[in-house]
Amino acid sequence: MTGIVFDKVWKEYGDHVVLERIDITIAPRSFVALVGPSGCGKTTFLRMLLGEEAPTRGQILVGGAPLKVEPGADRGVVFQRYSVFPHLTVLQNVMIGREFEHSRFLGKLLGAKRRAAETEARTLLDAVGLAGHETKYPAALSGGMQQRLALAQALNRKPKILLLDEPFGALDPGIRADIHVLIRKIWNENDLTVVMVTHDLSEAFRLGTRVIAFERPRNRPEELERYGATLGDDLAAQTQAGASITRDFEVWPKKIASPLGESDAGTQLDLKLATSNDNPAAS
Amino acid sequence: MRLLNIKPDRTWSFALAALPFAALIGAYLIGSGMRLAENPNDKLLPSFNAMLDAFRHMALTPDPRSGNYLMWSDTLSSLSLLLTALAISTFIALVFGILIGLLPIAGTTFGPVVAVASMVPPLALLPILFIVLGLGDGAKIALIVIGTTLKLIRDMALRVKDIPSELLIKAQTLGASTWQIALRVVLPQMLPRLIDSVRLEIGPAWLFLIAAEAIAADSGLGYRIFLVRRYLAMDVIIPYVIWITLLAFLMDLGLRLLQRKAFPWFAGARTA
Repeated sequence: MTGIVFDKVWKEYGDHVVLERIDITIAPRSFVALVGPSGCGKTTFLRMLLGEEAPTRGQILVGGAPLKVEPGADRGVVFQRYSVFPHLTVLQNVMIGREFEHSRFLGKLLGAKRRAAETEARTLLDAVGLAGHETKYPAALSGGMQQRLALAQALNRKPKILLLDEPFGALDPGIRADIHVLIRKIWNENDLTVVMVTHDLSEAFRLGTRVIAFERPRNRPEELERYGATLGDDLAAQTQAGASITRDFEVWPKKIASPLGESDAGTQLDLKLATSNDNPAAS
Repeated sequence: MRLLNIKPDRTWSFALAALPFAALIGAYLIGSGMRLAENPNDKLLPSFNAMLDAFRHMALTPDPRSGNYLMWSDTLSSLSLLLTALAISTFIALVFGILIGLLPIAGTTFGPVVAVASMVPPLALLPILFIVLGLGDGAKIALIVIGTTLKLIRDMALRVKDIPSELLIKAQTLGASTWQIALRVVLPQMLPRLIDSVRLEIGPAWLFLIAAEAIAADSGLGYRIFLVRRYLAMDVIIPYVIWITLLAFLMDLGLRLLQRKAFPWFAGARTA
């Protein structure tokens, strides 16, 4: 099980408290959306989960073990920008994860292993609707296609946790709706816990099984420096006076990921309809 | 139409680009003609015919003493020094630039010493190099390497640091080690940028080469120019300067074409 536990986590930069006393347990296979105003610490929360930053106090447990303060292959990530390698083709971008895994010195696979990795990558590209674009460089893809590629690339290492940092923020509404269908399908079909930072409340409620709001309870400028955001109810937030989780919704009606191995035909049909919108060649 | 919206078409572009060259040549012809009308033996602004004669003498007739075609043996000697030196400094810059830019440990170790060393005026080191390495090719190559490497290293390190941190994190989430990131993410992204940096160092490399040849050499383009200076042989110097300029320009052009052919992704990534 890869439940994620934040155990009284604080994050400070010098005197500046960003996050205060974050206490939260995220169940395996949930889809958590983090929302809140700019600068409320939701991205810092994600970065700590990613291993890019260490908590100042407290600890983060994943599957019962303390999290290493370094990004690793067990946690995939998709950023809003710069998520794919510009110097590699679409196919190479997906394969590179497997090459890192199996070729420690060269970082490059040859012969039969290469062909196996290629087949695997093509299957993934097909699943995200990028079949036919294998030899293009990312600069030739639209924003939505680049994010699809970033998803395929992240999924290739089969992470248990997928972190999304405003991945669809820069996309047009129509394309965003298509990619929502895709991410739902991915979450349904893989053993994945998804944590997504977003600005878009409707996106948070549409996709998430749980929506967590971050907020800074005190807003006087002289206090902003000293108190960070916290997680918790309003009263606790006021007494603690840091940025915290102020709302934690279980989304209703209750969504759960379908049991693995059963993909429903409806989602797949949606996906096929949806991908055509996102192709500049088709428009 | 506003001036800033007027874009010349192909023909006009060519004509406009040729205009300053034509003006320079024209100005030279007028000046040279005026001086030669006054004194046919004037050496300062020789006529094109005189320069062509000198070029024939230097490039197409063997030297009576050595049997060499001087201009070609000079070119060969200068280019081999220049290219050897540039190859060495490019390689050093690539290795140390990536180390300094990618690894904080290497950055704190080598960053300050590179920053200080790059402020040493290379020409001031030339006497030391001549004393230590002798008057041969070694000292000249060393001067060019010292003169260009440090700037290239700093440039590379800065460009490595310009790689969005998202890409380095993404690679780590795909399980890459430091070595794999350097080899498959950083190095391929640096190669086309390295070409840009080397293009900018071609000029300084020639400067150091000619300075070193002027002081102690027995062949080379710079050596020849400074040798014939004693006889005010402008008819040799000017063709040599044009030839050096042409060589430098061709090197620049070659690198630009190499960048476009070898790294087709780069043009798109640069604008994105």
